[in-house]
Amino acid sequence: MGNNEPLLSLKNVSKEFYGNVVLQDVSFDLHEGEILGLVGENGAGKTTLMRILFGMPVIAETGGFKGSICLDGQEVHFSTPFEALDAGIGMVHQEFSLIPGFTTAENIVLNRESMHPSLLNDVFGDRMSILDRPAIKKRAVGAIEKLGVKLDPGMLVSEMPVGHKQFTEIAREISRDKSRILVLDEPTAVLTESEAEVLLESLRRLAKEGVAIIFISHRLQEVVEVADRVVVLRDGLAVKDVPAKGLTIKDSASWMVGRSMAGDAAGAREVRKFDEEILSVEHLWVDMPGETVRDVSASVRKGEIFGIGGLAGQGKLGIPNGIMGLYPAGGKVKLHGRDIALNAPAKALKSGMSFVSEDRRGVGLLLDESLDWNIAFTAMQIHGQYLRPILGGIFTQRDEKGMESLCKEYIELLDIKCTSSRQKAKELSGGNQQKICLAKAFAMRPDLLFVSEPTRGIDVGAKKLVLDTLRKYNREYGTTIVMISSELEELRSICDRIAIIDEGKIAGILPPTADVADFGILMAGIGASEAAAAMAGQEANNA
Amino acid sequence: MRNLKTFIQDFGWPRIIIFLFLIALFVFAPAVGVRLDASVSDVLNRFGQYAILVLAMVPMIQSGCGLNFGLALGIIAGLLGSTISLQLELRGFAGFFGAIALAAPFSLLLGWLYGKLLNKVKGEEMTIAMYVGFSFVMLMCIMWLVLPFNNPTMVWGFAGKGLRTTITVEGYWLHILNDFLAIKIGRFFIFPTGLLLFVGFCAFCMWVFLRSRTGTAMTAVGSNPDFARASGVSVDNMRTVSVIISTFLGAVGIIVYQQSFGFIQLYTAPSPMVFPAVAAILIGGANINKASMVNVLVGTFLFQGLLTMTPSVINSVLQTDMSEVIRMIVSNGMILYALTRKMKVAK
Repeated sequence: MGNNEPLLSLKNVSKEFYGNVVLQDVSFDLHEGEILGLVGENGAGKTTLMRILFGMPVIAETGGFKGSICLDGQEVHFSTPFEALDAGIGMVHQEFSLIPGFTTAENIVLNRESMHPSLLNDVFGDRMSILDRPAIKKRAVGAIEKLGVKLDPGMLVSEMPVGHKQFTEIAREISRDKSRILVLDEPTAVLTESEAEVLLESLRRLAKEGVAIIFISHRLQEVVEVADRVVVLRDGLAVKDVPAKGLTIKDSASWMVGRSMAGDAAGAREVRKFDEEILSVEHLWVDMPGETVRDVSASVRKGEIFGIGGLAGQGKLGIPNGIMGLYPAGGKVKLHGRDIALNAPAKALKSGMSFVSEDRRGVGLLLDESLDWNIAFTAMQIHGQYLRPILGGIFTQRDEKGMESLCKEYIELLDIKCTSSRQKAKELSGGNQQKICLAKAFAMRPDLLFVSEPTRGIDVGAKKLVLDTLRKYNREYGTTIVMISSELEELRSICDRIAIIDEGKIAGILPPTADVADFGILMAGIGASEAAAAMAGQEANNA
Repeated sequence: MRNLKTFIQDFGWPRIIIFLFLIALFVFAPAVGVRLDASVSDVLNRFGQYAILVLAMVPMIQSGCGLNFGLALGIIAGLLGSTISLQLELRGFAGFFGAIALAAPFSLLLGWLYGKLLNKVKGEEMTIAMYVGFSFVMLMCIMWLVLPFNNPTMVWGFAGKGLRTTITVEGYWLHILNDFLAIKIGRFFIFPTGLLLFVGFCAFCMWVFLRSRTGTAMTAVGSNPDFARASGVSVDNMRTVSVIISTFLGAVGIIVYQQSFGFIQLYTAPSPMVFPAVAAILIGGANINKASMVNVLVGTFLFQGLLTMTPSVINSVLQTDMSEVIRMIVSNGMILYALTRKMKVAK
């Protein structure tokens, strides 16, 4: 493969959104029958690149792009996705674009149905033709066979498992007569491992038949496995364009991130001693839908970073939400030995606790308000800060200047990328929004900070920054941090102790240095006694 | 050029078109024999009459309760205040401010109940509010008949009891604000200084309030209730407070309207007062969860200006009395326009 003229070649493609460069001089070729893996962090420009290729209107609306796209050596300009489709480029999006009430076959041939002419045609034209169902089914089955998977053409999309939906979507793209290039944007994100395996297999089969494939994924393992060549995007630049053969995951990961992955966990290796108890929780229950906490008792020491992990739905998220009064809760919570009233967010905040919610956009931010509002609001409402007395204190007014300087301080400290403190929160990227949430919590100067899923949905670079910031606050200000995360590695890299929640109860508490397998045992919910035994063993080791 | 573009974008095409149309009406007015000075005076007067009713929309919009379609409740509180003020024979400024003071407890009570109700129907506030308004107006239709008022200027002459549909405030506090420091230029032009000062004062108070701790919390509740709750703000309380303020401003608004218009209008009169206020603030550029003082002032001016000028100019052109028909077309057309605008925002 690849000895003839390239089927598709991108030359020096650049794109900026409102002065923000997202793609810069990206060039690569795609040959017939080749699978090109396109990898990059969130925001590296993968999706934008594909949008350009596919002629999405959003590109033209935001000022078009620079550079050229050649198909069969001829420069092409797609102004709508339809033109791209006609040119033989098929695209499978991250989100399914299928009609739930239609069958597999109907979805596959949608808008390209086989038809019989009917009597009404003479009067009303082609729109009155009758569907030729057997032909439709035949075509659909043909596409499904080409893909090499098992799909029932008569099944309704709404009744299918996700994997089948993904295959239906791919079948639709390859059922077009002219499909020569297939773009798949994160096709395996929703698939189970075995389904992904089948998908990769069918991609290889398609490539053998001469279809060129651009495969976008963040699962490096799959890319390395299936692709012939890998292009790595980083901050809008194509930093690498190498054959996949001999490529290791570690190499591509480090190209993608552009910084060394090693040394992440080093910080936690120091063993710190804590004595004074800051938070004690006894028999806490929280009625948070999907994250029910049944009976949690724990004690957090002053100055430590206490991790809470566990599988999704086991109740780890319910703990901070319950203590902070956001969901109905019961039990006993003591901070500095004093009882904290549950179900009263204001009291929890006043007592010196602060919370960075896992639901950043839903609970964490005022998306339609400016950054200074977002950061200063809680401190204003709870501590009465950033208010200016008027007429000798008869009433108070917002201290806009104070809020602005506070905001500027955090913009600098946390390296928040924004145009000014007056920018709206919804305009920031996920990572920067997370930093705003952290700034909001820090502005409260809490003794105890709950951070829930701080790195969810943000890219690797921002993740590191967020974790570093937490560690720094813990070390410099002595802020006790309780961090809840689904990513065990993240917890192990930063926490002093890690509790694993299973079925709404603490299955066990381990030091970060404990073997991953021990954590696995706790998460898997293998009887409490064994967990206790594992813990005892661990403590013995420590001693 | 760039500045002009951003200005147009901020101000919005609909407002610019309405504004240009209004100017065109003013330009054409003298040509068809409508006196310009009288028209300007009319527009200013009507602006003052309605501005506080429009201002009453702001707190509820800010707290996320949507447009106050139940403004009739506030208006009824104001009607109770002014009728009791007349019953007590309060005159002059004492009568006017007495009416406001007497309306306050009613608006507090009605606003509190109304707020409680709206907290139970989050997401459907505007529809529910409209029916709350309608049904309460009807309930009051009975009450106006049976409440024990007996001031002869207010009750039906033949029965000696039951309030009339319209009651004049002449001899009590007619034009009390309009005439305060009023500037008269020529025969037709009167600048209603007191009225506009009072409107300005109310708008300023609202502006100050929105910049206070409570006002900030209210805006946050409207912007994202979950955020506000997580920041220790009681969402329901804030919403109730906003509804009470809205209701009270409705009461103040109708009393200001009465002193300028000259009559207290009872029975079903409160209902048709609501839509123009809603339309005005939407035309001013507010949407269902953000409103500012500028929206109030610009919206009231444009809406009332158009409502004043269109009938008088077009009547003169057509040489027939079409004023009421045209008024209905313009006013309802505007609400239609404003509501389609609302839909766009809601999406």
